[in-house]
Amino acid sequence: MRNIFAVAGIVIKELYRRKDFYVLFILTVLVCLIMASVNIFNDKQIVRYLKELCLLLIWVSSLVIAITTTARQIPAEREQRTLLPLLAKPLTRTQLIFGKFLGCWLACGLVLLCFYIFFGALAASRDHAWPLLNYFQAALLHWFALGVVVALALLGSLVFAAPSSNSTICFVIVATSLTVGRYLDTVALSQAEPFRSVLYAVYFAFPHLEWAFGMRNLIIHDWPLVDWGFAVLLILYLLAYTAAFLVAACLVFRRKPVN
Amino acid sequence: MNVILKTEKLRVEFSSREFRQATKVALAGLNLEVNAGEVFGFLGPNGAGKTTTMNVLLGFVPPTSGAAYLFGIDVRQPIARQRIGYLPEMTYYYKFLTAEELLRFYAKIFSLPRAETDRRIDQLLKLVELEHARKRPIKSYSKGMQQRVGLAQALINNPDLLILDEPTSGLDPLGRMKVREIIQRLKNEGKTVFFSSHELGEVETICDRVAIIHQGELKTIGRVHQIRESYPTLEKAFLNIIGYQPQPAP
Repeated sequence: MRNIFAVAGIVIKELYRRKDFYVLFILTVLVCLIMASVNIFNDKQIVRYLKELCLLLIWVSSLVIAITTTARQIPAEREQRTLLPLLAKPLTRTQLIFGKFLGCWLACGLVLLCFYIFFGALAASRDHAWPLLNYFQAALLHWFALGVVVALALLGSLVFAAPSSNSTICFVIVATSLTVGRYLDTVALSQAEPFRSVLYAVYFAFPHLEWAFGMRNLIIHDWPLVDWGFAVLLILYLLAYTAAFLVAACLVFRRKPVN
Repeated sequence: MNVILKTEKLRVEFSSREFRQATKVALAGLNLEVNAGEVFGFLGPNGAGKTTTMNVLLGFVPPTSGAAYLFGIDVRQPIARQRIGYLPEMTYYYKFLTAEELLRFYAKIFSLPRAETDRRIDQLLKLVELEHARKRPIKSYSKGMQQRVGLAQALINNPDLLILDEPTSGLDPLGRMKVREIIQRLKNEGKTVFFSSHELGEVETICDRVAIIHQGELKTIGRVHQIRESYPTLEKAFLNIIGYQPQPAP
């Protein structure tokens, strides 16, 4: 575990010493503050649109940070040749993969913390309410969904040579999951065989991140908390995908030549 | 003599991905022994198999046949790397870290206690003359400074065996001299150093024994003065051993 935490610590240091997070955070803050300063049509419910926009920006920013940070980890180690002195030490390849995953995932957690604190403050300035438990539940599920994305990007970084191609493919998969993932079973129903079975297989094999993504609606519309039993099940579901991608990454990395 | 590094009939083949391309033999039955406390130079032209040998010793490349041992332990076991330090050729360390943070990170991998880590970092930064730059990010370092921080990371666990892959490549004469001095000091401390180099002058100065390989085969092994006995310089001996024939001028 000590080795895994040591590798994770370096990833976290890298994140807060780079500009990516600060740029995205400042952009989100600016867009939201400008939106908050205008009151179109004197609509009293306009705060909902503000919350929706802010949460959407938080999701997009967190996905950008998760995918780009993770996608460059192993390729950068190869390119800079730091992988050689690292693996020449008593550090196994599995520990390196888990360390990179943990670092990226924890870094995403810190990013989410900053974003959700800002969101809470912005929403409270208009709503005069602090539904902390709702924010905590939404942020927690968001973080576990990012775990799947980080593990997927890590696996992709071992399969695809360039971080840019890996990032693009990860963005396409995640965007598909968030937008059309939930409709695949409905589309499958209207198809003839064998497409129906193929679509069903894709529907069940695909990680359904939209369930965590949908949690933001509870905050936007001030709906009550989701039952914690369901939330735990969803976390277990997301963890299963994370574990599957990590195991695949370890197996691929084990066969990969170091240089 | 206590043998620290040993290879027995080491053979490494790389199969080509290209259709109808022959398998490339990188090492063809290499037998090598390095004794404790000696500085051993590993010489050969580009593509001779030096880096492949090091990659096998470090567990990066599995041998096709034969075996390699560090401290009597098969190199395929990670524990064999507990007492070694390795400096690869031309590495660009994490540029967002300072030298001190980099060394602390590597110390954690060796599970060194905090007090021991602090002591080692102070000692190593002094050895590689980077005390003044310890808090500066590595991205602001010159090539020579980066190479010296690389040497410091290779020494963080106080290794008994150092494997250096062309440690002076790309450095200016001053940088080369500083690295040479560090190797000399390590030799005086009783460390075993196994290094590859193209700088035959520096090999002649600091090595106790050398091995010359060509096309994956060991051509000669012995003390520097024995090898260059009948040649004016080590360079001449090297060129003759690898079979280099100078072309007559047109």
